[in-house]
Amino acid sequence: MFDNLSDRLEGAFKSLRGENKLTELNIAQSIKEIRRALVAADVNYKIAKEFTDTVKDKALGQENVLSSVKPGQLMVKIVQDELTALMGGEAAEINLKGKPTVILIAGLQGSGKTTFSGKLANFLKKKKKSPLLVACDVYRPAAINQISVLGEQIGVPVYKEEENKDPVEIALKAIGHAKDHNFDVVIVDTAGRLSIDEAMMTEISNIREAIQPEETLFVVDSMTGQDAVNTAKAFNDVINYDGVVLTKLDGDTRGGAALSIKYTVGKPIKFVSSGEKMDTLDVFFPDRMAQRILGMGDITSFVEKAQEQFDEKEAKRLEKKIRKNKFDFNDFHDQINQIRKMGDIKSLLKMIPGMGKLTRNLDIDNNAFKKVEAIIQSMTPQERANPELLNMSRKNRIAGGCGQTINEINMFIKQFDEMRKMMHKMSKSPGFAGGAAGVPGGGAGGGRISRARKKKKRR
Amino acid sequence: MSFFNRFFNKEKKEDLDKGLEKTKSNFFGKLAKAVAGKKTVDISFLDELESVLISSDVGLDTTIKILDRLEEEVNKEGYINTNELNEILRSTIVQLLSENNTVDIEDYTLPSTETPCVILVVGVNGVGKTTTIGKLAWQYKQQGKKVVLGAGDTFRAAAVDQLKIWSERVGCDFYSKGMNTDPAAVAYETVKYAQENKCDVAIIDTAGRLHTKINLMKELSKIKKSISKRMETAPHEVLLVLDATTGQNAIEQARHFTEATDVTALALTKLDGTAKGGVALGISDQFKVPIKYIGVGEKIEQLQVFNKRAFVDSLFQ
Ligand SMILES: Nc1nc2c(ncn2[C@@H]2O[C@H](COP(=O)(O)OP(=O)(O)O)[C@@H](O)[C@H]2O)c(=O)[nH]1
Ligand SMILES: [Mg+2]
Repeated sequence: MFDNLSDRLEGAFKSLRGENKLTELNIAQSIKEIRRALVAADVNYKIAKEFTDTVKDKALGQENVLSSVKPGQLMVKIVQDELTALMGGEAAEINLKGKPTVILIAGLQGSGKTTFSGKLANFLKKKKKSPLLVACDVYRPAAINQISVLGEQIGVPVYKEEENKDPVEIALKAIGHAKDHNFDVVIVDTAGRLSIDEAMMTEISNIREAIQPEETLFVVDSMTGQDAVNTAKAFNDVINYDGVVLTKLDGDTRGGAALSIKYTVGKPIKFVSSGEKMDTLDVFFPDRMAQRILGMGDITSFVEKAQEQFDEKEAKRLEKKIRKNKFDFNDFHDQINQIRKMGDIKSLLKMIPGMGKLTRNLDIDNNAFKKVEAIIQSMTPQERANPELLNMSRKNRIAGGCGQTINEINMFIKQFDEMRKMMHKMSKSPGFAGGAAGVPGGGAGGGRISRARKKKKRR
Repeated sequence: MSFFNRFFNKEKKEDLDKGLEKTKSNFFGKLAKAVAGKKTVDISFLDELESVLISSDVGLDTTIKILDRLEEEVNKEGYINTNELNEILRSTIVQLLSENNTVDIEDYTLPSTETPCVILVVGVNGVGKTTTIGKLAWQYKQQGKKVVLGAGDTFRAAAVDQLKIWSERVGCDFYSKGMNTDPAAVAYETVKYAQENKCDVAIIDTAGRLHTKINLMKELSKIKKSISKRMETAPHEVLLVLDATTGQNAIEQARHFTEATDVTALALTKLDGTAKGGVALGISDQFKVPIKYIGVGEKIEQLQVFNKRAFVDSLFQ
């Protein structure tokens, strides 16, 4: 996996300080890095190619002089803006017209349709609607029970016909039932199906024809790989859905499938689903998704993750401090301890913008932070709360206290400042993040994205 | 050639072939052009190969590994024609799969001769754990084995019912303590049930969990420990189920599940779809865990033992 893309792009540009124009030649390596990052995030191979071609054109059209802006940052910004734009500017609402509003849910097996149906019902119920869930998966063992249990949990009635094997009929009768009993939204959950299963695709098409839904939603697992384009397209050809739902985003997938799908079918992503509990449904934020795909760290996710572990108040306090650029050594130390408790250090570190750099050369285990901790412990309480206090004489005292060289102290403080700045920046404007020194890249351009890397390895 | 053949009715099979035909003529057509009259591997061939592998979810690192080895092999051996290059390519990839020191299993041999043989099934949500358990149980049952299924998914709505229906389809025993009970206790009791009722096989289902949920992963370790508490040598197999449609995240899944439970075998499901499941190549290589089974449909008989050759062929179809 890649660390921060901005680090890598800085690296790719290190060799051309002094040049003052972006040229086909001098951005070849960074274009390659971007493509790799996208492919590693499961963006479809062809789409990654096309996307980077667009980025290249945009970059070459820039009048910016390399000495005034860090070229890596410029590239990151172009990539991020382009990606965010592609993912869709505004959050798309669902259409709640119709009496009742009929919503059809479709997707592959195991993508999370039933769980999402329950969440959507719960969401609408909280908006003072009266939803009805319909059990149209007549195939999978206990599928009807599953949706019944969910309905009970959230207090939403479920329309089902245990003996009926015809989902079209069930759906139609359910709508009649909804009309008779004043339900204003009908959510039709269907069986999972493969896009190449003709009989099953005909079935879903028939359901759609019969019930004429206001809203058809395609549910897709955010961990999906290269196949996402095929499936999204095949379903779209048959049911011409209105929106996409991304599920299981509470994992650590980069979620490149979201880009592939948006790029291929152009339908908006309307919801993201991130948990097994019935209240874990969110509207979709294109900028957050862009950052996630690029592996740029996601301060929001980090704070959410933190929330899971410690209490909400503490997480709020932390978020506020970051936003005010008041994140200090105490907070940093707390974070280290919390992260230890959370156990999975590596994946958490990835979420903190700039944090990767602080720990890059450390073998990350539970002792990874010993050195850093020693430095912090040698500070006075005032210094910990006010990083700005650290002048030369204080740094010298700290160095003596923890038995490290003044260079090591300076390095740590510099990196801490950078991290703080970056966190602050990310917390304010989700559309941009910068980086400083990075991993040196190298190699030439060309069609294959694995080539330059191979050369590097052989050196 | 394809392992899907057996299970598709003629119509569907033709559709599948039509879809595949395009890719096929693409890759092999370009392959022939790229190597015509040359003794080294052509750049455009490597480009094409990269595109095929990455489009099958093989991933960058493993793709690089394959390309490197192929070049090495060709430099050493040379080749005469497209067929030979093609053969070198296939054996290079098969070789990658062989390095985890396992041979393809021929049939549904139990992972241990001890009775009961205990199999723990793990994986993220919706990959096909319960379905695979049903299919596997059916295979053992066909061999005349006495099988019990343990309902260790006590969390997801109606998960216990789902497994129970599978046990009825198979015609095997079923052990459950109901929903919302302690899965570690269910696992323990299932082994006990198997011992007391002289079962040959106990297969224990677990709730799907994302590998990033620390507490749930700890729970899984606890389930495994509690099995060992009842029977020291058990579980004899920890089967990680992966969904072929999953991309590079499957590597993280394999990493975390292996850390939590020492996975001993992989099952790759949903290969009846259009996804190729190429990420399994890298996983098998990196974690030295063999792929044992593949799922090719939702029916009880739609499970197959993994065959390296056929799998590699399917990547290039
Ligand atoms: N097409 C296809 N569907 C499968 C396969 N294996 C499982 N499924 C389906 O995937 C969905 C999730 O399966 P399930 O066993 O409940 O997953 P679990 O949550 O991991 O236990 C169900 O609809 C299954 O029918 C397979 O090999 N092919
Ligand atoms: Mg299950």
